[in-house]
Amino acid sequence: MAIDVLGAPVKRVEDQRLIQGEGNYLDDIKLASMVHMAILRSPYAHANIKSIDTSAAKSMPGVLAVFTGADIPYNPLPMAWPAGGSAGIQNNINMPRVLATDSVKWTGEGVAAVVAETAEQAFDAREAIHVQWEPLPTVVEVEDAIKDGAPQLHENAPNNTVFVWTVGDKDGTAAAIDSAEVVVKRRIVNQRLIPNSMEGRGDIGWYNPGTDEYTVWMSSQTPHIQRLLLTAFVTGIPEHKVRCISPDIGGAFGSKIFCYADMALVMFASKAIGGKPVKWVETRRENYQSTIHGRDHVTWLEIAGNRDGEISAIRVKTLANLGGRLSTVGPGIPTTLYARVLSGCYKIPNVFAEVTGVYTNTTFVDAYRGAGRPEATYVVERAMDLFAKEIGMDPAAIRRKNFIAPDAFPYENPSGLGTASGGAKIYIDSGNYEPALNRALVMSGYLDADKAKAEAKSRGKLLGFGLSSYIEVCGVAPSKWIGAVGEGWGAAMWESSNIKVHLTGKVIVTMGTQPQGQGHETTFAQVVSHELGVPMEDVIVQHSDTQGTPFGYGSYGSRSGSVGSHAAVKAAAKIREKARRYAAHMLEASPDDIEIDGANYSVRGSPDKVKTIQEIAFALDLGFSLPDGMEPYLDETVYHDTENCTWPFGTHVAVVEIDEETGAVELSKYVAVDDVGKKINPMIVDGQLHGGIAQGVGQALWEGAVYGGDGQLLSGSMLDYAVPRASWFPKLELDETVTPSPVNPLGVKGVGEAGAIASTAAVANAVADALSPLGISHVDMPLTPARVWGAMQAAKGGQA
Amino acid sequence: MIPAAFEYSRATSVDEAISLLAASDGSAKVLAGGHSLLPLMKLRLARPERLIDIGRLDELRGVRQLSSGRVAIGALTTYDELMRSEVIGHYGLMNDALPNIGDVQVRNRGTIGGSVVHVDPASDMPAVLLALGADLLTRSPRGERTIPIGEFMTGPFTSVLEPDELLLEIQIPGGMPGFGSAYRNIEQPASGYSIAGAAAIVGREPGRSGPWDVISIAITGVGEIPYRATAVEEALRGGASPAEASAHASDGQTVNSDIHADAIYRAHVATVQVRRALETAIERASEG
Repeated sequence: MAIDVLGAPVKRVEDQRLIQGEGNYLDDIKLASMVHMAILRSPYAHANIKSIDTSAAKSMPGVLAVFTGADIPYNPLPMAWPAGGSAGIQNNINMPRVLATDSVKWTGEGVAAVVAETAEQAFDAREAIHVQWEPLPTVVEVEDAIKDGAPQLHENAPNNTVFVWTVGDKDGTAAAIDSAEVVVKRRIVNQRLIPNSMEGRGDIGWYNPGTDEYTVWMSSQTPHIQRLLLTAFVTGIPEHKVRCISPDIGGAFGSKIFCYADMALVMFASKAIGGKPVKWVETRRENYQSTIHGRDHVTWLEIAGNRDGEISAIRVKTLANLGGRLSTVGPGIPTTLYARVLSGCYKIPNVFAEVTGVYTNTTFVDAYRGAGRPEATYVVERAMDLFAKEIGMDPAAIRRKNFIAPDAFPYENPSGLGTASGGAKIYIDSGNYEPALNRALVMSGYLDADKAKAEAKSRGKLLGFGLSSYIEVCGVAPSKWIGAVGEGWGAAMWESSNIKVHLTGKVIVTMGTQPQGQGHETTFAQVVSHELGVPMEDVIVQHSDTQGTPFGYGSYGSRSGSVGSHAAVKAAAKIREKARRYAAHMLEASPDDIEIDGANYSVRGSPDKVKTIQEIAFALDLGFSLPDGMEPYLDETVYHDTENCTWPFGTHVAVVEIDEETGAVELSKYVAVDDVGKKINPMIVDGQLHGGIAQGVGQALWEGAVYGGDGQLLSGSMLDYAVPRASWFPKLELDETVTPSPVNPLGVKGVGEAGAIASTAAVANAVADALSPLGISHVDMPLTPARVWGAMQAAKGGQA
Repeated sequence: MIPAAFEYSRATSVDEAISLLAASDGSAKVLAGGHSLLPLMKLRLARPERLIDIGRLDELRGVRQLSSGRVAIGALTTYDELMRSEVIGHYGLMNDALPNIGDVQVRNRGTIGGSVVHVDPASDMPAVLLALGADLLTRSPRGERTIPIGEFMTGPFTSVLEPDELLLEIQIPGGMPGFGSAYRNIEQPASGYSIAGAAAIVGREPGRSGPWDVISIAITGVGEIPYRATAVEEALRGGASPAEASAHASDGQTVNSDIHADAIYRAHVATVQVRRALETAIERASEG
């Protein structure tokens, strides 16, 4: 009998190669006769291209070709998720071309490409390309961009407006706010972030003249989607002539979901030079300028309620910076994925949001870990604390008072999830929020906060506690929702799995979804081992190649565990069913009399009449003797859609100490109590939480993409953009409650983004709590020493 | 991140390194730990035609006590080697500053000489060496000379070092009883360079009380280049307390401002670092 590994903290099988330097990342791939590409990028944030002279570059040593936008007949990149789709919301869409032709809209937009024998030669020749520029006025901040008289980026987008999208009951919310006892208003900024995957992006394009087919290796979270977008929308090359492969991926955090110009460029270049493979690998500086950024909202929030702490309404007006042109699903992030969960884990009867998407002369903005949900959580969690402070209520008490009650599920929130168009009925399926809050309060020492604050004060430190009670929308699937007209991105979001039990009883699972470091090869092997009763070491998981894996939508939105694993569960069920029928044939019994216990298929009442799944696979795969109508081989494929998303939740508590003299913030304690449902592998879950929490704390304390007024990215390298380091953290103290998801058989929810969704607000709230004795209620992130000290000085000035 | 093409020479002796430098007529750069030079080359902000690798010149490596009682630090000595040196371990401000420089990899490769000749406005080591009154021993085809570090640095990333001149060693005073020193800084988290860093040394004959015989304060990250805070020193000599004196931390300086900290914050936080460094130095001096 195989050991049941479902729920066990099994060590990750992929770490054998990933940790020991034996991984195969994009830049590790070296093909025979491969050549190299470098992309010339705009030094201006806004300029017209008067002319491009490539003649000198073409005569440089080793140069095979130099391309400009005029050489490339492809369409602009596709816009897959306009806000509100065709539900009456005007989207003024401007997409990047593979290389810019007439003008550039941000520093780093590609304008020419060099292909040379070596990367060094390509870099040298790139410098010899001469572009005659006509610089134009720039605008980088959303509030400036929508003003009359601001520099205009696109003719079809007056006042640089991409769209104005609303959700919720406008009049009802206005009435609730107008009649409320207490209303708190605040402008808050959710600053722009750079995803900073450890491995940047890159592609290799190879056109095979012998077959007229293309292979594209790409550091992408979505090889199946990219094949579709690159063929059907960008290049016009038939889909069956293109194969996309994602090798090992060194992190992505959303930045590798999208369709990028370079993917099409390596395809074009390889064919143009006669079929040599063309490799392009971005530098870190290119990654900072030309791979998507995240967040970047300016929000005016209003929260209303009574003096007992009952919240009656929340209203926001958000300006979302989407960059100089749009990324693949840019408009979907600050709309559907943000404002539809604005009320978080609270029963707030009135919600209204107005979101304006804005063009600026900055890098395009799209999904970054959490994608919309961290922004929503930051708004509602800051709002709860601001309101609590206004009425003098304990932040834990106000949360408890407004939580959606455990018996209120399934719960339809008022920002429209339940009434989303297209007939979808999305509701919050389950939850029990108070136990997680209570546990986090106990673990963090919250109940002795006053004592801790007094002790810290004696050391010249201001101590603060910050709570963040969050929900996450995981398992972004239900196709009826995400594919609905006016809501999602006009495509489905199911997942797929194929399972083959081969003659020797060894199992190969191929998945449509694919990992960027999350441990799928371990997780899915655990699931299939459990479902089929075969030893985990007899199961291998394959993925990430459009040739040989069923179509899948890739990995993001914390969906692979909750959606993808259930494709495997269903495929295993089909395998079991066929094995049962074949066992009946072998044992000369009725299929109804076959009992399955792990790998053993026995006749009811005759336990000695038994066949293992390995014996069944051997005989069935050979297929010498088959019952009528049965095909040989244990080989089943399932495409699985879900009925609903999954809804993890929890409460995080951050404790910070602020140096009164310097404003320096130290995170001194961090407690996270998360409910992610059942866990397939608790060690992997903890790892996901650790990473997510660190990223979210990074936003609160250190990270921020900063542009000069001329559109130059001032935080243009890791010398100026502070990626969190392990040594800056206390030990993260994790605990759990377990409320299995009713949406799926395993009861799992998803955890990839939970940490990042919760932790930013926890730390920001802790800093605000620490500063509250000075009369400070809010400081915008990142909470650097200079900013915190500046706020302290301003507060002291105000008192004087 | 690929640098422009360059020639590479590995020097087998100090004299060979100097003749290679002299022969290249200002178009060469010396490669030691490479931690400042190579990133600039990869961004193509520096384009030397030739790199002269001095990395294997062992005579430039290590810490030794001179007969004069002073201590000589070879220019190629890495931060890690300094942290392991028993002699350097007697300097409180070195013990404070060294572990905060870069990370383990940087400290394994980066050299004290490289830091000194690079003259980064926010580097820690120049402030430590300024406070110590270090002298720099250099050699060129015209012979050797000794340059006080305060005269060596002339502006951001510029110094009096001639194109054909090599830094050989850094000489600092020997440790003395009755002295105490400390280094305190607040770092820009991305780079680890100081927003403001202060090195302080105070000393007097053991057993004596009253005014300090030696007061030396140096600051980095705040001005155009690391500088001696003479106004703070004078205030202390005039009887001011560390808190009072530290208010003069940025007197006479054009204070830096960038996306991490504006000039007002920098000037303020410099006073805090100076006071904290002073208080700790005084405490250490009292402990003997």
